Amino acid sequence: MWDYTDKVKEYFFNPKNAGVLEEANGVGEVGAIACGDALRLMLKVDPHTEMITDARFQTFGCGSAIASSSALTEMVIGRTLDEALKITNQDIADYLGGLPPEKMHCSVMGYEALRAAVANYRGETWSDDHEDGALICKCFGADEGMIERAIRINKLTSVEQVTHFTKAAGSCGTCVEAIEGVLLRTNASMVEAGELDAGLAFNPNAVAAPVRRAHKTSPLAGPPKHMTTLQKIRIIEQAIEEMRPFLRADGGDCELVDVEGDRVIVRLVGACVGCQMASVTVNGIQERLIAKLGHPLRVIPAPAGH
Amino acid sequence: MRPVYLDNNATTRVDPEVVAAMLPFFTEQFGNASSMHAFGAEVGGALLRARRQLQALLGAEFDHEIVYTSCGTESDNTAILSALETQGGRNEVITSTVEHPAILQLCAWLEKSRAVKVHKIGVDARGRLDIDAYRKALGPRTAIASIMWANNETGTIFPVEQLAEMAHEAGALFHTDAVQAVGKIPMDLKSSEIDLLSLSGHKLHAPKGVGALYVRRGVRLRPMLRGGHQERGRRAGTENAPSIIALGRAAELAMAHMEEENTRIPALRDRLEKGLLQRIGNSMVTGDPENRLPNTTNIAFEYIEGEGILLLLNRAGIACSSGSACTSGSLEPSHVLRAMNIPYTAAHGAIRFSFSRDNTDEDVDRVLEVMPGVVEQLRSLSPFWKSGGQAASQFAPTYA
Repeated sequence: MWDYTDKVKEYFFNPKNAGVLEEANGVGEVGAIACGDALRLMLKVDPHTEMITDARFQTFGCGSAIASSSALTEMVIGRTLDEALKITNQDIADYLGGLPPEKMHCSVMGYEALRAAVANYRGETWSDDHEDGALICKCFGADEGMIERAIRINKLTSVEQVTHFTKAAGSCGTCVEAIEGVLLRTNASMVEAGELDAGLAFNPNAVAAPVRRAHKTSPLAGPPKHMTTLQKIRIIEQAIEEMRPFLRADGGDCELVDVEGDRVIVRLVGACVGCQMASVTVNGIQERLIAKLGHPLRVIPAPAGH
Repeated sequence: MRPVYLDNNATTRVDPEVVAAMLPFFTEQFGNASSMHAFGAEVGGALLRARRQLQALLGAEFDHEIVYTSCGTESDNTAILSALETQGGRNEVITSTVEHPAILQLCAWLEKSRAVKVHKIGVDARGRLDIDAYRKALGPRTAIASIMWANNETGTIFPVEQLAEMAHEAGALFHTDAVQAVGKIPMDLKSSEIDLLSLSGHKLHAPKGVGALYVRRGVRLRPMLRGGHQERGRRAGTENAPSIIALGRAAELAMAHMEEENTRIPALRDRLEKGLLQRIGNSMVTGDPENRLPNTTNIAFEYIEGEGILLLLNRAGIACSSGSACTSGSLEPSHVLRAMNIPYTAAHGAIRFSFSRDNTDEDVDRVLEVMPGVVEQLRSLSPFWKSGGQAASQFAPTYA
């Protein structure tokens, strides 16, 4: 069972503004029955003030699709077209108290339908938008423009996220590479515009590589010849020294307390003390030491007062 | 109001008699069957009795043809991996497009990582296997053919006895995933040529976490779990005695209820099916009505989406399941309905009702009372629905 918020349930069980709006003068339709969800958004716009005076929806789709559509109508009524166009899919999700990640595409459907309805009212051809971007996901009819908008608005940086928000690549998966291309290009322009941290941007090389810190030597390489305790301690100190800038960057530090055989006692200081990530830090040090010394050992944080 | 549970293909309630049978084996007869003392011997005897109860349900010739496992998935995986090892020089697997993921995901992995060639045989619009394609796929390279006894979503029954004979003509082993069939339809494995059969306890009123693999005498089996000598070295690991004993008792009860399972239960199912089709337009039964499990019906309601149906039914205290995309977290409707080419207008709104001996006439009445309103409510929201039974064709999305 999905973990829907009470608000989502409320808008699903008792949807507001459902049905046909006879006097609608702006209608937007997105999705298809084959895709599993579709939305027709109907707006009644006052031509003098460009105010949306009424809105209704018809939705084929799951609980969160119906709830998102209904929420959207509530959000746009009483706003001018320009104000309404500022609503993003994230705003729809927030209005509902959040959506499960796999269901974010329901909010995107609302966002897209709103743009289509406004374009329809203004007599613009919404499909212009479609033509300047190629159809990327044939299974779910997601084009480049839609994917790019979802990436920008929601700061998406992985193919999986794009699938959650747009459904693209959710079926046959043949468009994964095309999505990677859009991600790469869009993220790069977002980084340039200062909207996205460069370290977070989609990196195609990182996808294939296993998520693991780089080792200078393989942890599986044989142990160096016999090592005196002093040599061992030097290597351990050197390893900790290498880790130090990272710890200090977070306001912490680490000191070597003792070496007893294969037990390396360290003391975490500063911000590391009491940090929930301390065990991750200790594991990181341990992994680094194993790589350097070439044999298994345990890094143990010293108890207070050791 | 008593909730209505019609999702028995997902799991069943453990029969209180089964619970009573297993309880002493937690705190009183808690021994390890392998031990050389009275504690062990008591359990050893009970395990043998359970084995014979299951043997009787399956119509197996020998009790030692039963290997206990932890679940249906383990049984499926063991059967196929074993066949690829024991059938020297044969590196192909035949299965169907509508199998459970326990088979399909394993096959996908074998194809990718072990260069095994997998033939997936398609089905027709009623879910019946393409026998000609199956025959053509069989050959000197076939290690094993694995076709389910009955489909979990539609209940369609496959002619596994014939399929086994055809596999043997090609020198291949035959395995069947009978998780949905065991306990629901009579079986007599000793008069069939089936080599391997998977079953799962929790589908027949035993607890979750116990299953079995039937291995015909003479069929070589390479264990997936290696270690102790349990199950004659075919499945290492201390026996899950309480659950195995529960499965034995559940098998005995299934035998006792077999007639009811094939008379009272299909009558309930048929009344629900007819009643829903009468009351709700643009609905259809999927699967093969002539060859179907007695407890299962899968009905597709056009122009609406399954998750909404389940949420509204759940609010009315009715539990069933759907093959819709939205409930599973995948974005596509069930692979079974897609393999059958059920139109998209219907596939998204397919609902499975699966009965057990716990269900009553009142349950059927409740669903018949609630369901029309649920469908109507969702159809009134759907842009594809025009009241009067005609679907709106004017819906013209900007892109689709």
